[in-house]
Amino acid sequence: MSQARTEPLPETARRPGDAAPVVELRGLSIAFGGVPALHDVALRLYPGEVHALMGENGAGKSTLIKALTGVYAPDAGTVVVDGQERSFASPADSQAAGISTVYQEVNLCANLTVAENMLLGREPRFLGGIGVRAMRRRARQTLERLGLDVDPASVLGQHPIAVQQLVAIARAVDVDARVLILDEPTSSLDADEVARLFEVVRTLRDQGTAIVFVSHFLDQVFEIADRLTVLRNGRLVGERLVSETSQLELVRLMLGRELETLDRLDRQEAPPVDRDRTPVVKVLGLGRKGALEATDLEVHEGEVVGLAGLLGSGRTELARLLFGADAADTGEVEVHGRRARVRTPRQAIDRRLAFASEDRRAEGVIGDLTVADNMLLALQASRGWLRPIPPAQRTTLVARYLEALDVRPADPHALMRNLSGGNQQKVLLARWLLTEPELLLLDEPTRGIDVGAKAQIQQLVAELAGRGMAVVFISAELEEVLRLSDRVVVMRERRKIAEREGGDLTVGEVLETIAAEATHTHLTETTDGEAPR
Amino acid sequence: MSAATDTPVGSSVVPSTWDRVRSWSPGQRYLPVIATVVVFLSLFSAGGIRYEGFADPQVFLSLFLDNAFLIVLAVGMTFVILTGGIDLSVGSVVALSTVIAARTLEAGWAAPAAIAAVLLVGTVIGLLHGVLIQYLGIQPFIATLAGMFLARGLCFLLAERSIPIDDETFSTIAFATITLPGGYYTTWTAVVALATVVVAAYVLARRRFGRTVYAVGGSEASALLMGLRVARTKVAVYAVSGFCAALGGLLFSLYMLSGNSLHAVGMELDAIAAVVIGGTLLTGGRGLVVGSLVGVLVLGTIQTFISFDGTLSSWWTKITIGVLLLAFVMVQRLATRRQP
Repeated sequence: MSQARTEPLPETARRPGDAAPVVELRGLSIAFGGVPALHDVALRLYPGEVHALMGENGAGKSTLIKALTGVYAPDAGTVVVDGQERSFASPADSQAAGISTVYQEVNLCANLTVAENMLLGREPRFLGGIGVRAMRRRARQTLERLGLDVDPASVLGQHPIAVQQLVAIARAVDVDARVLILDEPTSSLDADEVARLFEVVRTLRDQGTAIVFVSHFLDQVFEIADRLTVLRNGRLVGERLVSETSQLELVRLMLGRELETLDRLDRQEAPPVDRDRTPVVKVLGLGRKGALEATDLEVHEGEVVGLAGLLGSGRTELARLLFGADAADTGEVEVHGRRARVRTPRQAIDRRLAFASEDRRAEGVIGDLTVADNMLLALQASRGWLRPIPPAQRTTLVARYLEALDVRPADPHALMRNLSGGNQQKVLLARWLLTEPELLLLDEPTRGIDVGAKAQIQQLVAELAGRGMAVVFISAELEEVLRLSDRVVVMRERRKIAEREGGDLTVGEVLETIAAEATHTHLTETTDGEAPR
Repeated sequence: MSAATDTPVGSSVVPSTWDRVRSWSPGQRYLPVIATVVVFLSLFSAGGIRYEGFADPQVFLSLFLDNAFLIVLAVGMTFVILTGGIDLSVGSVVALSTVIAARTLEAGWAAPAAIAAVLLVGTVIGLLHGVLIQYLGIQPFIATLAGMFLARGLCFLLAERSIPIDDETFSTIAFATITLPGGYYTTWTAVVALATVVVAAYVLARRRFGRTVYAVGGSEASALLMGLRVARTKVAVYAVSGFCAALGGLLFSLYMLSGNSLHAVGMELDAIAAVVIGGTLLTGGRGLVVGSLVGVLVLGTIQTFISFDGTLSSWWTKITIGVLLLAFVMVQRLATRRQP
């Protein structure tokens, strides 16, 4: 395997006049079954800094964290703690070296008290049992050190998630953590709660802890982090000082895209969208606490509306709320100009909405049923189980769509799980097309499928819109969104920040919109997205 | 969720004892038990108003001595249910215990040896359940259902008919009474039952094992990440339940003074009912052993009610328990739904 990386990192990325790093990873490589997940990656953590670990999904962030916490053993490279080379055989080894982790979901017991959650497993003893008073005293001391005013005797579950998250941090630092890893700690917090978390993070940083901060929220990274390391496809892209990096630069580093206009799909045959008519679907102020701030959206007949934004920007959430897969706290939905109640997928289907989920394995494909059964599922459901589709009609419908979508193998009796991802996706599309929807919500329909199938699906979407179907198209690939969409809605931090005509929009413009938004608005925005319960 | 949003204020100064007494209000976790106590008191006063002699302290004391075995069973069941499990075998283990006690005594064993044998068998059965559930990943319901049939079947292998217990030690303990001030009395079986409750309450509240039981019931994955001994705890709760079933079986032998394969049919369900009425969440993580004790007292009161009345069919016991159970489970459901 490769040699450990020896050449120094760029001078700009060093902390000026600082001591040695508390933890350093050098030339780290990990492969799973021959597929490299990390290749020659380096990470340096100095005491008293907040270090952001950045990268898109699949960039290798979590693999790196797991190498650091002893879950995975590296194939090559070294972990250096305090100048000494170490190897972690288990998470316990890593914890003993002073590396603690707080995961995205609160991993505590809501039914126990705050003090127990912080100290259980290493609690003070009293007469052979638990020394409850000593335990609470110690918990209180740690909480005070973090500037938290929480009663250690109270039950954890009665506190809001943010406080529970802070208690998880308190548990992590009680063992004198020198490195604290926060993996997406803010994903379920609102703005006030994030501010509170950051106070604690700053307190810890000032006390000399090195903090690794992983988040999809760029604003938060720029607010809290001192330095950042960017990964892409398992490789180190760069290590920067946050103060010397712009958001646009960071997004470019993460995505690794050249900012250029890409070919558009040939859509000459499509008639222009008539925006004066009543939209197929119109939503006003649709929102849900913790998922999406109040958002307006119109989709017209024959129009493809693309939702662009980074992961966690609220793209999927908007589609799920529209379809009733999650219940909205606020907002109204109008279908063909009439108010409609869309609280459940069932109601959405009755209004001729269709939604292909991004998680096709968990929420779409039924592997043990045949292609034909998978395809006819939604149609049968909308007819009701008392009116089975006549066998002859089944056969013709399935055959027609197998051919139209070029599903391979074109065998209606093949088991779904034996199909490739691209072909599964086509069958799922057929499932919804059979119900003849007026609005089709596609969440990442081309993710994880090969290039040929991808182009076919894109072509199909364009054709459907050409025939008058309204489509909402979600994809992490901006090029794809731009290529297909008549209109692009740009999302960031769980809200819509811009809406642009698709025509000549470039990837660069969208990225600039995403990056620029941060500097303007983010300080003025508070908890206005919070809806009454 | 009013309590959720504001955290307690000004806690940098440790409050004095008087402050704590003055500001004490029952924590949320005590509410189910308090509800059960209220149900018990209302049932008992209703009986006192309706029937002469019902409100006598001796009637109250009799609740303990008539239900001593059930109290012990409910204690063991509380451990299991707190982890989110269930133990259906305890009724059969009670029967098996009575049969083993009767058989060994009949064979001339000394009472302490017979007692030790019974407790050992019960604990081993519980241990086996725990191992099946933890290491082979079998559903608690299925593992203990198998144990229930096996233990019941084993009874018939050991004795096809009822065997009387006429061992001197057993009879002495069974008939001995402890006189209390005021001319009231209780028995040693009640003392054993109450001692079990006290020990269990201490272990659950103050020992790492006990807190781990709650942690496992709250979130097993979290408990693992917290570095607690989850596997050992999950096996141990079934051993505790098996031990308690055997101890309950001994108390039942003293109560009936016979070993019979047909004893205690369906008693596991009474124990589960008592635990649930006592406010323990069937999904685990919440509940107190004291609640299970009060739960048993509620069941006992209903039976006393019916025996005082004389005209009511004993099936009214089942109907009342059914209604109460339903009410408690529904209240629990509503209460937990509001949790964040």
